[in-house]
Amino acid sequence: MNFEQRQLVVPGTLLAEGKYEAGFNVYRDADQYFASIVGLADLRNDLVSVIPLRGCYLPQPGDIVIGKVIECIPTAWMLDIRSPYQGVLFASEFLSKPLNPMREEARKYLDVGEMVIASVIAFDRTRNPSLSCRDHNLGKIQRGTVIDVDATRVPRIIGKKGSMIGMLKKESNTQIMVGQNGRVWISGKTRDEEAYVAAAVRKIADEAHTSGLTDRIREYLVSNRR
Amino acid sequence: MTTEKLISDDGIRNDGRKLDELRKIKFEIGVLKNTDGSAYVEWGRTKILVGVMGPRESHPKHLAMPDRARIDAFYRMASFSVEEWKSPAPSRRETELSKVIREALGPAVFTEYFPRTSIDIFIEVLQADGSTRCAAISAASLALVDAGIPMRDLVASIAVGKVEGQLVLDVQDKEDKEGESDMPMAYMPSKNAVTLLQMDGQITHDEFLRSIELLKKGCLDVYKMQKEAIEAHFKVNESNTEEA
Repeated sequence: MNFEQRQLVVPGTLLAEGKYEAGFNVYRDADQYFASIVGLADLRNDLVSVIPLRGCYLPQPGDIVIGKVIECIPTAWMLDIRSPYQGVLFASEFLSKPLNPMREEARKYLDVGEMVIASVIAFDRTRNPSLSCRDHNLGKIQRGTVIDVDATRVPRIIGKKGSMIGMLKKESNTQIMVGQNGRVWISGKTRDEEAYVAAAVRKIADEAHTSGLTDRIREYLVSNRR
Repeated sequence: MTTEKLISDDGIRNDGRKLDELRKIKFEIGVLKNTDGSAYVEWGRTKILVGVMGPRESHPKHLAMPDRARIDAFYRMASFSVEEWKSPAPSRRETELSKVIREALGPAVFTEYFPRTSIDIFIEVLQADGSTRCAAISAASLALVDAGIPMRDLVASIAVGKVEGQLVLDVQDKEDKEGESDMPMAYMPSKNAVTLLQMDGQITHDEFLRSIELLKKGCLDVYKMQKEAIEAHFKVNESNTEEA
Protein backbone atom coordinates (compact mmCIF):
# COMPACT_ATOMS: atom_id res chain seq x y z
CA MET A 1 0.00 0.00 0.00
CA ASN A 2 1.32 3.33 -1.09
CA PHE A 3 -1.04 5.84 0.54
CA GLU A 4 -2.65 6.89 3.78
CA GLN A 5 -6.35 6.19 4.23
CA ARG A 6 -8.42 9.06 2.73
CA GLN A 7 -5.44 10.67 1.07
CA LEU A 8 -6.17 12.97 -1.89
CA VAL A 9 -5.00 11.26 -5.08
CA VAL A 10 -4.93 12.31 -8.75
CA PRO A 11 -5.27 10.16 -11.88
CA GLY A 12 -2.11 8.12 -12.38
CA THR A 13 -1.15 7.95 -8.69
CA LEU A 14 0.32 4.54 -7.85
CA LEU A 15 -1.86 3.25 -5.01
CA ALA A 16 -0.60 -0.26 -4.34
CA GLU A 17 1.57 -3.06 -5.66
CA GLY A 18 1.07 -6.79 -5.24
CA LYS A 19 -1.95 -8.79 -4.09
CA TYR A 20 -4.89 -6.40 -4.04
CA GLU A 21 -8.21 -6.00 -5.79
CA ALA A 22 -9.23 -3.02 -7.89
CA GLY A 23 -12.40 -1.28 -6.66
CA PHE A 24 -14.17 1.82 -7.99
CA ASN A 25 -12.08 4.33 -9.93
CA VAL A 26 -8.95 2.20 -9.76
CA TYR A 27 -7.29 0.41 -12.66
CA ARG A 28 -4.73 -2.34 -12.72
CA ASP A 29 -1.59 -2.52 -14.83
CA ALA A 30 0.32 -5.80 -14.29
CA ASP A 31 0.45 -5.95 -10.47
CA GLN A 32 0.24 -2.20 -9.96
CA TYR A 33 -2.92 -0.32 -9.00
CA PHE A 34 -3.47 3.27 -10.08
CA ALA A 35 -6.13 5.90 -9.38
CA SER A 36 -8.11 6.92 -12.46
CA ILE A 37 -9.94 9.90 -10.98
CA VAL A 38 -9.37 12.67 -8.46
CA GLY A 39 -10.60 11.57 -5.05
CA LEU A 40 -9.80 10.06 -1.68
CA ALA A 41 -7.96 6.73 -1.63
CA ASP A 42 -9.52 3.98 0.42
CA LEU A 43 -8.45 0.44 1.36
CA ARG A 44 -10.86 -2.13 2.76
CA ASN A 45 -9.90 -5.84 2.96
CA ASP A 46 -7.42 -5.68 0.07
CA LEU A 47 -9.92 -3.74 -2.05
CA VAL A 48 -8.33 -0.51 -3.24
CA SER A 49 -10.78 2.16 -4.37
CA VAL A 50 -11.05 5.92 -4.79
CA ILE A 51 -13.98 7.88 -3.42
CA PRO A 52 -14.64 10.38 -6.22
CA LEU A 53 -14.63 14.14 -5.68
CA ARG A 54 -15.73 14.77 -9.27
CA GLY A 55 -17.59 12.57 -11.70
CA CYS A 56 -20.69 12.18 -13.76
CA TYR A 57 -23.71 10.06 -12.93
CA LEU A 58 -23.97 6.64 -14.57
CA PRO A 59 -27.43 5.05 -14.18
CA GLN A 60 -27.78 1.76 -12.29
CA PRO A 61 -30.93 -0.37 -12.44
CA GLY A 62 -32.99 0.36 -9.34
CA ASP A 63 -31.76 3.95 -8.86
CA ILE A 64 -34.32 6.67 -8.20
CA VAL A 65 -33.58 9.66 -10.43
CA ILE A 66 -35.18 13.04 -11.05
CA GLY A 67 -35.39 13.87 -14.74
CA LYS A 68 -36.42 16.88 -16.79
CA VAL A 69 -38.41 16.34 -19.97
CA ILE A 70 -36.46 17.64 -22.96
CA GLU A 71 -38.31 15.98 -25.83
CA CYS A 72 -41.74 14.45 -26.44
CA ILE A 73 -41.87 11.69 -29.05
CA PRO A 74 -45.13 9.90 -30.03
CA THR A 75 -45.11 7.21 -27.31
CA ALA A 76 -42.25 8.25 -25.04
CA TRP A 77 -40.40 11.14 -23.43
CA MET A 78 -36.67 11.85 -23.42
CA LEU A 79 -35.44 12.95 -20.01
CA ASP A 80 -32.30 14.83 -19.03
CA ILE A 81 -31.01 12.92 -16.02
CA ARG A 82 -27.64 14.75 -15.70
CA SER A 83 -25.82 11.78 -17.13
CA PRO A 84 -23.95 11.26 -20.41
CA TYR A 85 -27.00 9.30 -21.56
CA GLN A 86 -30.57 10.61 -21.81
CA GLY A 87 -33.29 8.60 -20.08
CA VAL A 88 -36.22 7.16 -22.04
CA LEU A 89 -39.59 7.07 -20.33
CA PHE A 90 -42.10 5.04 -22.36
CA ALA A 91 -45.72 6.09 -22.12
CA SER A 92 -46.65 2.61 -20.88
CA GLU A 93 -44.24 3.06 -17.97
CA PHE A 94 -45.72 6.42 -17.02
CA LEU A 95 -49.45 6.04 -17.66
CA SER A 96 -51.25 3.00 -16.36
CA LYS A 97 -52.80 2.49 -19.80
CA PRO A 98 -51.29 2.33 -23.28
CA LEU A 99 -51.16 5.62 -25.17
CA ASN A 100 -52.54 5.60 -28.69
CA PRO A 101 -50.47 8.15 -30.62
CA MET A 102 -53.18 8.34 -33.33
CA ARG A 103 -55.66 9.69 -30.86
CA GLU A 104 -53.73 11.71 -28.28
CA GLU A 105 -50.40 13.41 -27.91
CA ALA A 106 -47.74 12.53 -25.33
CA ARG A 107 -47.45 16.24 -24.56
CA LYS A 108 -50.90 16.18 -23.03
CA TYR A 109 -49.52 14.23 -20.05
CA LEU A 110 -45.94 15.51 -19.82
CA ASP A 111 -44.57 18.57 -21.54
CA VAL A 112 -41.02 19.77 -22.15
CA GLY A 113 -39.53 21.30 -19.00
CA GLU A 114 -41.59 19.30 -16.52
CA MET A 115 -39.81 17.24 -13.87
CA VAL A 116 -40.38 13.56 -13.17
CA ILE A 117 -39.28 11.25 -10.38
CA ALA A 118 -38.57 7.84 -11.91
CA SER A 119 -36.60 4.67 -11.34
CA VAL A 120 -34.05 3.17 -13.71
CA ILE A 121 -35.19 -0.24 -14.93
CA ALA A 122 -32.43 -1.13 -17.38
CA PHE A 123 -29.13 0.30 -18.53
CA ASP A 124 -26.01 -1.17 -20.11
CA ARG A 125 -24.40 1.77 -22.01
CA THR A 126 -25.24 0.25 -25.41
CA ARG A 127 -28.74 1.66 -25.16
CA ASN A 128 -30.11 4.66 -23.34
CA PRO A 129 -31.38 3.97 -19.81
CA SER A 130 -35.08 3.12 -19.63
CA LEU A 131 -37.04 4.67 -16.82
CA SER A 132 -40.28 3.76 -15.11
CA CYS A 133 -42.78 5.53 -12.90
CA ARG A 134 -44.65 2.38 -11.90
CA ASP A 135 -44.28 2.54 -8.14
CA HIS A 136 -45.64 4.75 -5.45
CA ASN A 137 -43.87 8.07 -4.83
CA LEU A 138 -42.84 8.11 -8.49
CA GLY A 139 -44.33 10.30 -11.21
CA LYS A 140 -44.61 13.90 -12.29
CA ILE A 141 -43.52 16.57 -9.81
CA GLN A 142 -46.48 18.85 -9.10
CA ARG A 143 -45.07 21.15 -6.43
CA GLY A 144 -41.94 21.95 -4.44
CA THR A 145 -38.40 22.87 -5.42
CA VAL A 146 -35.77 20.88 -7.30
CA ILE A 147 -32.10 21.71 -6.87
CA ASP A 148 -28.98 20.32 -8.54
CA VAL A 149 -25.91 19.16 -6.62
CA ASP A 150 -22.86 17.15 -7.66
CA ALA A 151 -23.85 13.48 -8.06
CA THR A 152 -20.76 12.39 -6.10
CA ARG A 153 -22.22 14.09 -3.00
CA VAL A 154 -25.46 12.08 -2.94
CA PRO A 155 -24.19 9.45 -0.44
CA ARG A 156 -23.35 12.26 2.01
CA ILE A 157 -26.78 13.91 1.66
CA ILE A 158 -28.38 10.59 2.50
CA GLY A 159 -25.84 9.75 5.21
CA LYS A 160 -25.06 6.48 6.96
CA LYS A 161 -28.28 4.45 6.89
CA GLY A 162 -30.14 7.65 5.99
CA SER A 163 -28.97 9.57 9.08
CA MET A 164 -28.51 12.90 7.33
CA ILE A 165 -31.70 12.90 5.29
CA GLY A 166 -33.68 11.59 8.28
CA MET A 167 -32.43 14.50 10.36
CA LEU A 168 -33.21 16.97 7.55
CA LYS A 169 -36.79 15.75 7.26
CA LYS A 170 -37.33 15.73 11.02
CA GLU A 171 -35.84 19.14 11.75
CA SER A 172 -37.42 20.94 8.82
CA ASN A 173 -40.76 19.19 8.53
CA THR A 174 -40.52 18.99 4.73
CA GLN A 175 -40.72 16.14 2.24
CA ILE A 176 -37.37 15.42 0.59
CA MET A 177 -36.46 13.03 -2.21
CA VAL A 178 -32.84 12.61 -3.29
CA GLY A 179 -32.27 11.37 -6.83
CA GLN A 180 -29.10 9.32 -7.33
CA ASN A 181 -28.30 11.64 -10.24
CA GLY A 182 -27.74 14.60 -7.92
CA ARG A 183 -31.15 16.24 -8.05
CA VAL A 184 -33.00 16.88 -4.81
CA TRP A 185 -36.74 17.52 -4.56
CA ILE A 186 -37.92 19.47 -1.53
CA SER A 187 -41.55 20.14 -0.74
CA GLY A 188 -42.62 22.22 2.25
CA LYS A 189 -45.55 24.35 3.32
CA THR A 190 -44.00 27.59 2.10
CA ARG A 191 -41.41 28.67 -0.46
CA ASP A 192 -39.23 30.10 2.34
CA GLU A 193 -39.17 26.78 4.08
CA GLU A 194 -38.07 25.06 0.87
CA ALA A 195 -35.41 27.72 0.28
CA TYR A 196 -33.69 27.22 3.61
CA VAL A 197 -33.73 23.44 3.33
CA ALA A 198 -32.26 23.85 -0.18
CA ALA A 199 -29.51 26.01 1.29
CA ALA A 200 -28.81 23.32 3.90
CA VAL A 201 -28.57 20.64 1.18
CA ARG A 202 -26.13 22.81 -0.80
CA LYS A 203 -24.09 23.27 2.38
CA ILE A 204 -23.92 19.48 2.81
CA ALA A 205 -22.72 19.11 -0.79
CA ASP A 206 -20.05 21.79 -0.36
CA GLU A 207 -18.73 20.44 2.93
CA ALA A 208 -19.32 16.76 2.13
CA HIS A 209 -15.97 15.46 3.34
CA THR A 210 -15.62 17.39 6.60
CA SER A 211 -16.21 15.92 10.06
CA GLY A 212 -19.09 16.74 12.40
CA LEU A 213 -21.26 17.75 9.46
CA THR A 214 -24.57 16.31 10.69
CA ASP A 215 -24.38 18.37 13.90
CA ARG A 216 -23.46 21.54 12.05
CA ILE A 217 -26.36 21.10 9.62
CA ARG A 218 -28.74 20.52 12.53
CA GLU A 219 -27.57 23.77 14.15
CA TYR A 220 -27.95 25.55 10.83
CA LEU A 221 -31.55 24.32 10.46
CA VAL A 222 -32.49 25.19 14.04
CA SER A 223 -31.04 28.70 13.81
CA ASN A 224 -32.83 29.37 10.51
CA ARG A 225 -36.20 28.00 11.56
CA ARG A 226 -38.91 30.57 12.03
CA MET B 1 20.57 42.11 -40.37
CA THR B 2 21.86 42.34 -36.85
CA THR B 3 19.94 40.47 -34.18
CA GLU B 4 20.57 40.51 -30.46
CA LYS B 5 22.07 37.39 -28.99
CA LEU B 6 19.54 35.00 -27.43
CA ILE B 7 22.02 33.27 -25.14
CA SER B 8 24.79 35.16 -23.37
CA ASP B 9 28.31 33.81 -23.08
CA ASP B 10 27.72 32.55 -19.54
CA GLY B 11 24.64 30.56 -20.62
CA ILE B 12 21.83 32.92 -19.62
CA ARG B 13 18.90 33.37 -22.03
CA ASN B 14 17.52 36.76 -22.97
CA ASP B 15 14.72 36.49 -20.41
CA GLY B 16 17.15 35.66 -17.60
CA ARG B 17 16.63 31.90 -17.53
CA LYS B 18 19.26 29.19 -17.49
CA LEU B 19 19.31 26.77 -20.44
CA ASP B 20 17.25 24.10 -18.64
CA GLU B 21 15.06 26.42 -16.62
CA LEU B 22 11.27 26.64 -17.05
CA ARG B 23 9.27 29.82 -17.20
CA LYS B 24 7.03 30.67 -14.26
CA ILE B 25 3.98 28.40 -14.54
CA LYS B 26 0.71 28.88 -12.68
CA PHE B 27 -2.22 26.47 -13.03
CA GLU B 28 -5.72 27.16 -11.79
CA ILE B 29 -8.61 24.67 -11.77
CA GLY B 30 -12.38 25.10 -11.82
CA VAL B 31 -12.47 28.65 -13.13
CA LEU B 32 -15.59 28.36 -15.32
CA LYS B 33 -19.15 27.77 -14.15
CA ASN B 34 -20.89 26.55 -17.31
CA THR B 35 -18.49 23.75 -18.18
CA ASP B 36 -18.09 20.33 -16.59
CA GLY B 37 -14.41 21.00 -15.97
CA SER B 38 -12.05 23.89 -16.59
CA ALA B 39 -8.49 25.08 -16.09
CA TYR B 40 -6.46 28.21 -16.69
CA VAL B 41 -2.72 28.40 -17.16
CA GLU B 42 -0.20 31.22 -17.16
CA TRP B 43 3.00 29.86 -18.66
CA GLY B 44 5.36 32.80 -18.69
CA ARG B 45 3.50 35.23 -20.92
CA THR B 46 1.41 32.50 -22.54
CA LYS B 47 -2.14 32.51 -21.15
CA ILE B 48 -4.65 29.79 -21.97
CA LEU B 49 -8.16 28.97 -20.81
CA VAL B 50 -9.53 25.43 -21.22
CA GLY B 51 -13.10 24.22 -20.79
CA VAL B 52 -14.26 20.59 -20.98
CA MET B 53 -17.84 19.50 -21.73
CA GLY B 54 -18.90 15.92 -21.36
CA PRO B 55 -19.07 13.04 -21.57
CA ARG B 56 -22.36 13.98 -23.19
CA GLU B 57 -24.60 12.84 -26.01
CA SER B 58 -22.64 13.07 -29.24
CA HIS B 59 -23.78 15.70 -31.74
CA PRO B 60 -23.89 15.15 -34.65
CA LYS B 61 -25.06 11.63 -33.82
CA HIS B 62 -23.47 9.87 -36.80
CA LEU B 63 -20.00 10.65 -35.44
CA ALA B 64 -20.67 8.75 -32.21
CA MET B 65 -18.66 5.57 -31.85
CA PRO B 66 -20.39 2.41 -30.60
CA ASP B 67 -17.51 1.26 -28.39
CA ARG B 68 -16.01 4.43 -26.92
CA ALA B 69 -16.31 8.15 -26.45
CA ARG B 70 -15.21 10.57 -29.13
CA ILE B 71 -12.70 13.17 -27.99
CA ASP B 72 -12.70 16.47 -29.78
CA ALA B 73 -10.42 19.42 -29.20
CA PHE B 74 -11.05 22.97 -30.40
CA TYR B 75 -7.89 25.04 -30.28
CA ARG B 76 -8.52 28.70 -30.96
CA MET B 77 -6.38 31.80 -30.74
CA ALA B 78 -7.98 35.08 -29.78
CA SER B 79 -7.48 37.89 -32.28
CA PHE B 80 -5.51 39.82 -29.67
CA SER B 81 -3.34 36.88 -28.62
CA VAL B 82 -0.44 37.63 -30.93
CA GLU B 83 1.50 40.79 -31.73
CA GLU B 84 -0.17 41.31 -35.07
CA TRP B 85 -3.92 40.92 -35.21
CA LYS B 86 -4.95 37.35 -35.97
CA SER B 87 -7.93 36.80 -38.24
CA PRO B 88 -10.81 35.31 -36.22
CA ALA B 89 -11.42 32.73 -38.94
CA PRO B 90 -10.05 29.27 -38.11
CA SER B 91 -6.61 28.90 -39.65
CA ARG B 92 -4.84 25.84 -40.99
CA ARG B 93 -2.55 25.96 -37.97
CA GLU B 94 -5.43 25.97 -35.48
CA THR B 95 -7.08 22.98 -37.15
CA GLU B 96 -3.80 21.08 -37.08
CA LEU B 97 -3.14 21.90 -33.43
CA SER B 98 -6.66 20.79 -32.53
CA LYS B 99 -5.91 17.41 -34.08
CA VAL B 100 -2.50 17.14 -32.43
CA ILE B 101 -3.87 18.04 -28.98
CA ARG B 102 -6.78 15.64 -29.35
CA GLU B 103 -4.39 12.81 -30.15
CA ALA B 104 -2.00 13.76 -27.35
CA LEU B 105 -4.77 13.53 -24.75
CA GLY B 106 -6.66 10.58 -26.21
CA PRO B 107 -4.37 7.81 -24.91
CA ALA B 108 -4.76 9.13 -21.34
CA VAL B 109 -8.57 8.98 -21.25
CA PHE B 110 -10.58 5.81 -20.60
CA THR B 111 -12.85 6.50 -23.57
CA GLU B 112 -14.23 2.95 -23.51
CA TYR B 113 -16.10 3.76 -20.27
CA PHE B 114 -18.51 6.05 -22.12
CA PRO B 115 -19.49 4.53 -25.48
CA ARG B 116 -21.55 6.66 -27.87
CA THR B 117 -20.75 9.93 -26.10
CA SER B 118 -18.42 12.80 -26.88
CA ILE B 119 -15.95 14.73 -24.75
CA ASP B 120 -15.26 18.23 -26.05
CA ILE B 121 -12.18 20.20 -25.05
CA PHE B 122 -12.30 23.92 -25.80
CA ILE B 123 -8.95 25.70 -25.75
CA GLU B 124 -8.83 29.47 -25.94
CA VAL B 125 -5.39 31.02 -26.28
CA LEU B 126 -5.66 34.50 -24.78
CA GLN B 127 -2.01 35.43 -25.14
CA ALA B 128 0.62 33.50 -27.07
CA ASP B 129 4.34 33.54 -26.33
CA GLY B 130 5.54 30.17 -27.59
CA SER B 131 4.78 26.60 -26.47
CA THR B 132 1.03 27.15 -26.66
CA ARG B 133 0.40 23.51 -27.59
CA CYS B 134 2.39 22.34 -24.57
CA ALA B 135 0.60 24.71 -22.23
CA ALA B 136 -2.74 23.75 -23.78
CA ILE B 137 -2.17 20.00 -23.35
CA SER B 138 -0.99 20.41 -19.75
CA ALA B 139 -3.97 22.62 -18.85
CA ALA B 140 -6.47 20.46 -20.74
CA SER B 141 -5.49 17.38 -18.75
CA LEU B 142 -6.27 19.34 -15.56
CA ALA B 143 -9.63 20.38 -16.99
CA LEU B 144 -10.36 16.69 -17.73
CA VAL B 145 -9.53 15.85 -14.10
CA ASP B 146 -11.87 18.61 -12.94
CA ALA B 147 -14.63 17.17 -15.14
CA GLY B 148 -14.22 13.83 -13.32
CA ILE B 149 -13.31 11.90 -16.45
CA PRO B 150 -11.37 8.68 -15.70
CA MET B 151 -7.77 8.87 -16.94
CA ARG B 152 -4.68 6.68 -16.89
CA ASP B 153 -2.42 9.56 -15.94
CA LEU B 154 -2.04 13.30 -16.24
CA VAL B 155 -0.43 14.46 -19.48
CA ALA B 156 2.44 16.88 -19.03
CA SER B 157 3.99 18.62 -21.99
CA ILE B 158 6.98 20.81 -22.76
CA ALA B 159 9.27 21.76 -25.67
CA VAL B 160 13.01 21.76 -26.23
CA GLY B 161 14.58 23.97 -28.85
CA LYS B 162 17.99 24.45 -30.38
CA VAL B 163 19.08 28.05 -30.19
CA GLU B 164 22.48 29.31 -31.30
CA GLY B 165 23.78 25.74 -31.25
CA GLN B 166 22.59 24.96 -27.71
CA LEU B 167 19.61 22.96 -26.43
CA VAL B 168 17.16 25.01 -24.36
CA LEU B 169 14.16 23.83 -22.35
CA ASP B 170 10.74 25.52 -22.55
CA VAL B 171 10.97 27.52 -25.77
CA GLN B 172 9.52 31.01 -25.82
CA ASP B 173 8.22 32.71 -28.95
CA LYS B 174 11.43 34.57 -29.81
CA GLU B 175 13.58 31.46 -29.44
CA ASP B 176 11.11 29.46 -31.52
CA LYS B 177 11.18 31.97 -34.40
CA GLU B 178 14.91 32.71 -34.42
CA GLY B 179 16.23 29.35 -33.24
CA GLU B 180 17.24 26.38 -35.35
CA SER B 181 14.73 23.82 -34.15
CA ASP B 182 11.76 23.20 -31.88
CA MET B 183 10.62 19.86 -30.42
CA PRO B 184 7.48 19.62 -28.30
CA MET B 185 6.64 16.44 -26.37
CA ALA B 186 3.65 15.29 -24.33
CA TYR B 187 4.30 12.61 -21.76
CA MET B 188 2.50 10.48 -19.17
CA PRO B 189 5.12 10.28 -16.42
CA SER B 190 3.79 7.41 -14.32
CA LYS B 191 3.29 5.28 -17.47
CA ASN B 192 6.57 6.45 -19.04
CA ALA B 193 4.60 6.90 -22.28
CA VAL B 194 5.05 9.59 -24.90
CA THR B 195 1.76 10.72 -26.47
CA LEU B 196 3.08 13.50 -28.69
CA LEU B 197 6.45 14.13 -30.28
CA GLN B 198 6.96 16.68 -33.03
CA MET B 199 9.99 18.40 -34.43
CA ASP B 200 10.87 21.00 -36.99
CA GLY B 201 14.29 22.26 -37.96
CA GLN B 202 17.42 20.18 -37.91
CA ILE B 203 19.30 18.49 -35.08
CA THR B 204 21.84 15.69 -34.89
CA HIS B 205 21.13 12.23 -33.54
CA ASP B 206 23.14 12.99 -30.41
CA GLU B 207 21.21 16.22 -29.85
CA PHE B 208 17.96 14.31 -30.29
CA LEU B 209 18.89 11.86 -27.53
CA ARG B 210 19.90 14.69 -25.22
CA SER B 211 16.66 16.52 -26.07
CA ILE B 212 14.57 13.53 -25.01
CA GLU B 213 16.31 13.45 -21.61
CA LEU B 214 15.75 17.18 -21.21
CA LEU B 215 12.09 16.86 -22.26
CA LYS B 216 11.45 14.09 -19.72
CA LYS B 217 12.97 16.21 -16.96
CA GLY B 218 10.86 19.20 -18.03
CA CYS B 219 7.68 17.13 -18.18
CA LEU B 220 8.32 15.84 -14.66
CA ASP B 221 8.61 19.44 -13.44
CA VAL B 222 5.31 20.33 -15.14
CA TYR B 223 3.73 17.13 -13.73
CA LYS B 224 4.73 18.18 -10.23
CA MET B 225 3.10 21.58 -10.72
CA GLN B 226 -0.07 19.97 -12.11
CA LYS B 227 -0.32 17.74 -9.03
CA GLU B 228 0.22 20.71 -6.74
CA ALA B 229 -2.54 22.64 -8.53
CA ILE B 230 -4.99 19.75 -8.11
CA GLU B 231 -4.11 19.34 -4.45
CA ALA B 232 -4.45 23.08 -3.81
CA HIS B 233 -7.86 23.18 -5.50
CA PHE B 234 -9.39 20.12 -3.86
CA LYS B 235 -7.77 20.41 -0.41
CA VAL B 236 -9.52 23.72 0.30
CA ASN B 237 -12.98 22.21 0.48
CA GLU B 238 -12.26 18.63 1.40
CA SER B 239 -10.01 18.68 4.45
CA ASN B 240 -10.68 16.62 7.63
CA THR B 241 -12.08 13.67 5.78
CA GLU B 242 -15.02 11.69 7.02
CA GLU B 243 -17.42 9.71 4.90
CA ALA B 244 -21.07 8.84 5.00
